[in-house]
Amino acid sequence: MIEVRELTKSYGPTIAVNQVTFDAHAGEVLGFLGPNGAGKTTTMRILTCYLSADRGSATVAGYDVFEESVEVRKHIGYLPESAPLYTDMGVIEYLNFMTQVRHLPKSQRKERTRAVIDICGLEDVIQKDIGELSKGYRQRVGLAQSLIHDPPILILDEPTSGLDPSQIIEIRNLIKDIGKEKLVLFSTHILPEVSATCSRILIINDGKIVANGTPDELSSQAKGEDTVHIAIRAPQDAIEAKLDTLAFVSQWNHVKTDDGVVGYKITAEQGSDAAEALFHVVVENGWSLTELRQESVDLEDVFLNLTVREQE
Amino acid sequence: MAGFRIAQIKVGESCSIARKRAHAYKLPSAYKQEIMTNITAILKKEFRSYFNSPIAYIFITFFLGISSWFFFRSFFLVNQAEMRGFFGLMPWIFLFFIPAVTMKLWAEEKKLGTVEILMTLPIRDYEVVVGKYLASFALLAVTVLLSLVIPLSVSYLGDPDGGTLIGGYIGLLLMGGAYLAIGLFASTLTENQIIAFIFGITTCFVLLIIGEDIVLFNTPNWLFPIFSYLGLGAHYSSILRGVLDSRDIIYYLSVIGFFLYLSALSVESRKWR
Repeated sequence: MIEVRELTKSYGPTIAVNQVTFDAHAGEVLGFLGPNGAGKTTTMRILTCYLSADRGSATVAGYDVFEESVEVRKHIGYLPESAPLYTDMGVIEYLNFMTQVRHLPKSQRKERTRAVIDICGLEDVIQKDIGELSKGYRQRVGLAQSLIHDPPILILDEPTSGLDPSQIIEIRNLIKDIGKEKLVLFSTHILPEVSATCSRILIINDGKIVANGTPDELSSQAKGEDTVHIAIRAPQDAIEAKLDTLAFVSQWNHVKTDDGVVGYKITAEQGSDAAEALFHVVVENGWSLTELRQESVDLEDVFLNLTVREQE
Repeated sequence: MAGFRIAQIKVGESCSIARKRAHAYKLPSAYKQEIMTNITAILKKEFRSYFNSPIAYIFITFFLGISSWFFFRSFFLVNQAEMRGFFGLMPWIFLFFIPAVTMKLWAEEKKLGTVEILMTLPIRDYEVVVGKYLASFALLAVTVLLSLVIPLSVSYLGDPDGGTLIGGYIGLLLMGGAYLAIGLFASTLTENQIIAFIFGITTCFVLLIIGEDIVLFNTPNWLFPIFSYLGLGAHYSSILRGVLDSRDIIYYLSVIGFFLYLSALSVESRKWR
């Protein structure tokens, strides 16, 4: 539903978006991850037809963002960063305005307004002016606005910034729900957010896409190895001799010896189910196991790896 | 329209072609409908927002207060039931009031960031420009309408000339309309309302005084006809005389059109490559 080809946009000498190419389809939640100033917002602004690009092409819902921008905008719901809203309008008044400019038929206007109020939990504030609302509620009104015409594509720029933890979870669940049938593209610089919500991640740095894949794919790409922490009550020599013979162990480090318990950090080939294999080894030798923990590779490592390396 | 459509279909054309043609003719009207819906939505929103904030009330109160004070001050001194003094002052009163009405139209949107949602709605840039302009014009019309209290009291006390009165009010709306377009353009240039206000005043002021005798007296000969034609005041005073000349109306409509076009360009300039 979104096709982006070699999109480039610069502000004077700084290249904000550099040769960005990606595809996105319905039923995906696409997380746009990158440090501040990486070009996430600029890319989103181009896709929503707020800005144009210097070079490259992009189509959204089959329409060209430069040539058929009105059609594109009809198919998109967009929440810009920090949810800018008219502070002098009432919540209902604002949503009504949105139903009009979104050309909802008169018969559906009430129903859709009702629906987004329910979805975004605005029941308590419908009588208020937007100016009186807290940051979290404004964010929700912004989200309601972007959902009001039931768009097939939802583009959200940092939708969870400024929300409290329980609200963040609500918004994440909402995004997941919507992403089952539609396409959600959202940006964030908070890592746990993408692993919790996204079906696919785009990591962008200095205007370039440096990684594109599912959270699992990215984790494995980055390391290709699993790490297992193990502690065994047994003679150190015997363990180390055994470890050397195991094919799947690519490296092992002695971490500590504590009251007869020897601890190791073992690096194993990826997908070798090292923890389980090690457990069997321990059992076969009649040793006793006091700790066994497989470390999942953190997205944080991937992210730091990709973004720091690029900056160097 | 329907008759026209049928008349266009040649004899012998099949039914399906006829239907296709009818469909092709229908599209523009759906398009027109869409444009109207968009403009009306923006117009309503902006007009309501004038009354949601104190701007509209302050504008109306001060405008009516100041204009009646200026009017009645001379009215009782000269003891004549005419409104020439009132209308003569208007270009100068508008100079300060109208940029104050238009300054927020774009500058505030930019400051708040709401322009980003607004311009990513399925609305064309010029529709937003026109909608906002019409909203400010509606506020002006309401205010001017309320100031009809003055001529009504004049006609109660004396017998003013109806022609000059109607001419004066039409002139007031046309000139105010031109000021509004200039102010709207000024507002598209900046996110700071004060700058928009000052820029609006300055532009209106320059366009107003280039038609004044004192400026024309000192302009080179080749510039004289241009300045005297472009001056905002000269056309107004000829309308005030009760002569509704199409040239004057065309002049004001072109000023309005020109500055609305510039506004649309300025709004669109964010997309220039």
